[in-house]
Amino acid sequence: MSTTPITSQVVTVTVNGERIEKDVPARRLLVHFLRDDLDLTGTHVGCDTGSCGACTVHLDGVPVKSCAVLAVQADGATITTVEGLAGDELTPLQRSFHEHHALQCGYCTPGMLMSASALLAENPSPSEEEVKVALQGNICRCTGYWNIVDAVVAVGKGGAA
Amino acid sequence: MTCHEVGCDRIGAMLLREVAYARPATVEEAVSLLSEHDGARALAGGQTLVNVMKQRAASPDVLVDLAKLDELKTISVSGTTLEIGAMATLTSIIGSAEVEVSRPILAEVAATVADVQVRNRGTLGGNVCLNDPTNHFPPLLVALGATMTIRSSQGERSVPADEFFIGVFETAVREGDLLTRISIPAAGKGTGDGMAGVTLGAHGTYVANAAASVTNGAWRVALGCVAAVPVRASAVEEALGADVDDASVRAAVAGLGATLDPPFDVHASADYRRSLAETSVVRAVLQAAERAER
Repeated sequence: MSTTPITSQVVTVTVNGERIEKDVPARRLLVHFLRDDLDLTGTHVGCDTGSCGACTVHLDGVPVKSCAVLAVQADGATITTVEGLAGDELTPLQRSFHEHHALQCGYCTPGMLMSASALLAENPSPSEEEVKVALQGNICRCTGYWNIVDAVVAVGKGGAA
Repeated sequence: MTCHEVGCDRIGAMLLREVAYARPATVEEAVSLLSEHDGARALAGGQTLVNVMKQRAASPDVLVDLAKLDELKTISVSGTTLEIGAMATLTSIIGSAEVEVSRPILAEVAATVADVQVRNRGTLGGNVCLNDPTNHFPPLLVALGATMTIRSSQGERSVPADEFFIGVFETAVREGDLLTRISIPAAGKGTGDGMAGVTLGAHGTYVANAAASVTNGAWRVALGCVAAVPVRASAVEEALGADVDDASVRAAVAGLGATLDPPFDVHASADYRRSLAETSVVRAVLQAAERAER
């Protein structure tokens, strides 16, 4: 007995704490499911080739590029997008990005925040080198990265400033 | 009226050709799905497959998602063999105590593949089944003398890494087949492994590379990026002895480049790639030799 392959199926995911059940085509990318079906447009499509990391979200707690995952592959998973980071106030990481001027155009920022927050969850005081390795999959065309790395390191040192 | 209101998809939201999808619960079911459906392909981490589907470089009709097959994700040591399930992610290999103890080079190399996000999804099985000539693991697994286990509706078979890689994007895993595990001899005393090469940026794609492994003076050396499949440097293996130093390794490697017929591209001419291949072998061998002494 084997499952019959189907071109669309109902997926159940928990996105930013909310349980969602939705019928999606098998060919839909997770990033499009988030942006177009759930209207969570904070997750950006950058290169759409799995290179730039602008579409990074947490899938079951680890950062992944949502343009290289099918929505059906996320069935049963818990997803956090950039919209799920802050409560009423910005997180220390987001404040640190603000205070260190860690963005210019801001397009890469959601992905940077997701990769950096995953790093900080695992390693609360990362070194500059560890931050660079963790952000290797995220491309920024404006900042030259310095302020982004400084912002993440500063959070680990206990302050946004 | 917007596109949304009429219920069609926003332009660009559907990058992939229509595809059917199944997520089997057992290996048997996965194998029967792969053999029953024409144009079916196994979906592991999808870090290459999903991206090449966007470009239509691959257009499977059916995707058989292996995500629920937990038995393919295990990493264990059985006797003197390290067994890595084909669905073990690169991140799980990096964090595995079994790998750390029995063949740490695998974790070391896994940590240099792409980036965190790709390593979180990408699998060892996917890396080898793709057999992109610039991939990290094909030459390394050839140097380590790994064995691949493949399941099909006819049963199970083992293929040594030397015979597994057949052509660019082509391996011994045929239609209807499923790679289930990769077996690597656990390193004992007197074993040392090394891998070296030139990449496009840190952790980037390899332009040329070499992997070397020595066990009590017996060498295995494999080159990547110089042909469709990893190339064993047999003459170098024979010329190397138990005790090597910089001069003897360079002497053993001299002339290797002339035996190769590497491709050329924007990153390296064929001649430059020959030179990089020689340099990579020297570095990988010296690294392996140093580790074998410990």
